[in-house]
Parts: sequence; structure tokens; C-alpha cells
Amino acid sequence: MSADLLQIKNLVKHYPTVKAVNGIDITLQSGICFGLLGPNGAGKTTTVEILEGINHATSGEILYKGKPLGDQFRKEAGIMFQSTALQDFITVRETLKMFSQFYPEHADLDDLISRCNLTEYLDQDNRQLSGGQRQRLLLAIALVNNPDIIFLDEPTTGLDPQARRNFWNLINDIKAEGKTIVLTTHYMDEAYTLCDEIAIMDHGKIIAQGTPKSLLEENFNDVILQLPKAELKGLDISTYTTHEKNGHIEITTCDVNEVISMLIKNNISLAQLQIRPRTLDDLFLELTGKELRA
Amino acid sequence: MMSFKRFLALLVTRNKEFLRDRSSLSWNILMPVLIVAGFSFAFSGDIGKQFKVGVINEEAATEQAKEFVALKYIDFYTVDSNQASITRSINKVQRHQVDMLLDAEKQQYWINTESPGGYLVEKILLGSKQTTFVKQTVSGKQIRYIDWVIPGILSMNMMFSALFGVGFVIVRYRKNGMLKRLKATPITAFEYLSAQVVSRIILIMVVTAFVFYGTHFFVGFVMNGSHLNLFLVFALGALSMISLGLIIAARISSEETAGGLLNLFSWPMMFFSGVWFSLEGAAPIMQSIAEIFPLTHVTAAARAIMIDGAELIDISYHLIILTIQSIVFMLFGAWFFKWD
Repeated sequence: MSADLLQIKNLVKHYPTVKAVNGIDITLQSGICFGLLGPNGAGKTTTVEILEGINHATSGEILYKGKPLGDQFRKEAGIMFQSTALQDFITVRETLKMFSQFYPEHADLDDLISRCNLTEYLDQDNRQLSGGQRQRLLLAIALVNNPDIIFLDEPTTGLDPQARRNFWNLINDIKAEGKTIVLTTHYMDEAYTLCDEIAIMDHGKIIAQGTPKSLLEENFNDVILQLPKAELKGLDISTYTTHEKNGHIEITTCDVNEVISMLIKNNISLAQLQIRPRTLDDLFLELTGKELRA
Repeated sequence: MMSFKRFLALLVTRNKEFLRDRSSLSWNILMPVLIVAGFSFAFSGDIGKQFKVGVINEEAATEQAKEFVALKYIDFYTVDSNQASITRSINKVQRHQVDMLLDAEKQQYWINTESPGGYLVEKILLGSKQTTFVKQTVSGKQIRYIDWVIPGILSMNMMFSALFGVGFVIVRYRKNGMLKRLKATPITAFEYLSAQVVSRIILIMVVTAFVFYGTHFFVGFVMNGSHLNLFLVFALGALSMISLGLIIAARISSEETAGGLLNLFSWPMMFFSGVWFSLEGAAPIMQSIAEIFPLTHVTAAARAIMIDGAELIDISYHLIILTIQSIVFMLFGAWFFKWD
């Protein structure tokens, strides 16, 4: 059984006009990847900033290795903000060297450079980096102090699919080293692939928490059948739970055989029929009633 | 506790950033050279000269003196009757900065025997009528306007580099999230601000030295004092003005607001710190306001060293004011500082 690395007890953050975080409790065990999900304005960035020590809570308690956040936490935490500017006219190598000197002990820079695939860009000015290269450098900065816990705030936002996949591989490598990761993301596939445990936040509260698989099992026992809208023209499906999406009709059912029998009976072509299990996207929409916005 | 390793890492990186920013670096060096070259050209001839006469004891002036002081087209200004003021004014007559010094009560006057302006004003004073003014003569090499204005221009350039160089950089880093990222490291505000201050002082001193010697070579100006003393004055002046920049940039995250505030501080300093014209004879309120500007003290101290060959003890008043301002501004700036 892993030890509790981070304990958050009844965390509250009130701004003059809004209650951004409204009493949340989280316990993080060492070595897991914890995903914090939520729509814009749900309070996840405020929560993460308080955990990172960047923002202050109105009330509540945060314990890192059993102690309040302090110098030890700063030395042992790695942080990758959603948007961080880097110094102009400074190279990748110099940036990493500067950050490494902020800590009493730091990771082997050559190893870090190699792991984050930065070898080719070492002497490149920070301004000339592409989105993917820049995110890899920011990840390397977050890892420069060889942290025990790493906060990644929407690390793949704005990256192309290939760059996202590459980044996932890097995160998986970090996980394999036994480090604890706190990930916030808008991408449900990302959360499903990387996270051992997730919490969904809305209106400053955690509305669901658990492993992705257990949350899906707890909330859904049905599947979705999807057909082009034109194929179902004239068919009465009002007795089913349906949803229209991108020119397709989605039928939600616990009894796939019954629906397929009904379609065959009504001479509906099944050539374009797709059956998919419920995903975190569905769970998210079910719980928050909101579309995710990237 | 302050970590020298962290401080040095920030300092080295900041210096690299500045030195590689060629446009900013060029502008820092070129601007004062262009100003000095422009003034050197503009004041190369005797153009539009107005006679300037310092008057002691004007309130107790004799009838003859009153008649003279009432003349048009001569710039009369009041000189205090204490010995220090009189000595300073006599020095100005020696340097051709003032054409005549007149004691209106004792009917005594000082002129420079080598000054054409002094000769002409004397002719006007004595006029055609029988007068009983007592003549005192002094002599000395003429101080040109370019000699007088150079210390001010060097100080002014330093002020812009200090205020905008530090102020804008901090505001930009706060706006783009760089400071927030640094906050998440063990770096302390004091380490960060110290690195910014030291980096800027080094850069200002290097650029100022470059401009000083470059201008001296191409334009030529008097330098009667110690280079080391001048270095000390400029370093202390840079520190006080950088610290002022830290206060302005302590919390702002908008470059527009920062620009407005920096201009609000820099423009009055540029005009009312005695850079372009002497504050002597200016309204007392203006002189009092000028006293609170660091630029006034840097300019006055540098001018005293360069023109009069003053020693540190002679400019100790300015050095003390600059030291106090540096400490107060720095402490307040560090206390007021916000990372994000």
C-alpha cells in the first residue's frame, strides 16, 4: 500500500464575487497519476494553484508528506503551468541550466535532455521553439529538480495529435519511475489513458472521484448505437433515449440485441452502424451537463 | 536565506538576455551619443546669448544699483548673501557661466577679464554717468554649455535605462507568467530583485563608461575630477533610480500602465532636475520639488566632479540623499513586490 503523499482537507477559496473552491477533500497516494477534470470555471485551476503553493486558500488544510506546504515541498515539487513564457534570447540549454541552479540538487541534465527529446534544439533560442518542443522544455523544467510530485496543467492543449501522443509517452515514462502526477486536462481520452484516478469538479466541488473504469461502471450499464440520421428517416424511435450528434442519431440502450432486432425488422441498413461503450466524455456531460471546451 | 547560487544564475541569464537583444543595446548606447552630438553641433557658435548677472543684497540696493537691475534684456537672478553662495557665484563668473556678480548694497562687482560678456555688461553698468562701483576681477577658463550639460545627459540616460530597463522587464515577466513560474521555485523575491538590480547596474555602468569615453574622444569635454569618484556617483545614482523603478513595477501587470507611470516619473525628472538648465533662479517651489528627484542629485554631484573637480566630501550631501533614497526605495519595492 502506497503512502499518502498529499492530503487536502476541506479546501475553500472565496473571491469577493465567487466561491471558486467550495470545500474539497482529496488524498493522493505516491506513484499515481491523478487527473482533475472540469469545465472552464469549475475551480480546478484555482485548486491546483493552491496545491502548487502559488495561490492561498481561504480555509482548509494541505499536507505534503504529513506537513504543511513549505520549503521541502518547493524543492520536491515540479510544476508545468498551462502558459509560461520563457526568457527571450536564451537557449534551451541555458534555460535548463538556470532552473537547475535554483535547487540544491537537480536531475542529470544530459539525461533530462535526452528523455524529453530536446537534444536537437539545445542551442535554439526559446522564441524559435514549436509548440511541442516548447511543451517538452517546460516539462523538462518541471523535472529539473528530480521532483517527487509533478503538476501538469493542461500540458497538451494546442498540440497536434502526434505531439500529444509523444507527450503522453513522456508522461508514461515519468509514471514508470514511480513519481506522482497531478494532471488537469480538457481531453477525456488523455485522462482515461494516463490517469489512475480522476476527480471531476464543478462549481468548486468534486462531483465524482475514482478510477476512470470504476466511474464508468458506476454510472453506466448501457452502450451507444450510432447511425446516420438519414438512415432512420421515418422510423419512430421515441421510446428510446436518443441524442443527435454531427448528423448521426445516438441510441442509448442496455439491450443491444433488442435495438438491432428492431432496426432489422424496419429494414434499416446496418452497414454504417457503430456501437461504442460509454466514455469519460459521456460521463462528464452526464455529470456537469456541459460541453467540454478546449 | 539568500542563496548566492540562485542569485548568480538569475544575474547571468538576465545579462545574456540584455546583451543579445541588439536593438535594445544599440539604443542604450546610441541615444546619448546622438543627443551629445546634436548639442555639440547646436551650441558650436555663440548664438542668441543673453547677459546673465547675479545680484547680492538686492533688497538693500543703492539707487544706482536699482537703476542697473531694472534694465531690460539682462537676466538678473538673486544670489544669497552668505559666503558660500557668493563663492559659488564667483566660480561661475570664472567659468563664464555668469557674466557678472553684483553686490547691490556695497556697489561692488566681479567680472572675468577674459569674458567678452563680462566686458560688455561692465560697460552697461558703468554707463555714461559717474558711478562709484568697485571692480573685482577674476579669471578662468570658459565652461561651454556642452561641458555643463554632459553630466546631466549621462545621468538622464542612466535614469531612462534604470527606470524602463528594470520596470518594463519586470512588468513584462509578470504579464507573461515568467514571474509566476519563478515563484514556484525556491527563488525568493529578494534574490530575484537583487539580480535585476545588480544586472542593470553593471549594464548601466558599462554603457555609461562607453558613452563617457566615446563622447570625450569625439566631442571633448572638461573632466577635472576623479574618474573613480564619478564612477561611485553614477553607481549610487543608478542604484537609487533602479530601486525607484522597482517600486513602480512592484505590482503592475500591464505594460501600458507601467509605461504611463514610468513616463510620469521620468519626464518631470528630465526637465526639473537641472539636466538642461540651471535651477538657480528658478521658483523656490520648483527647487524644492527637484530636491526629491534622484536625478537632481546625480546630475549635481557628477557636474561638481567633472567641472569643479569636487572631492567626495564636497558632494557628501548628494551622496547621503542618494544612499537614503536607494535604501528606502529598495526596501519598499521588495516589500511591495508581487510575483503575479
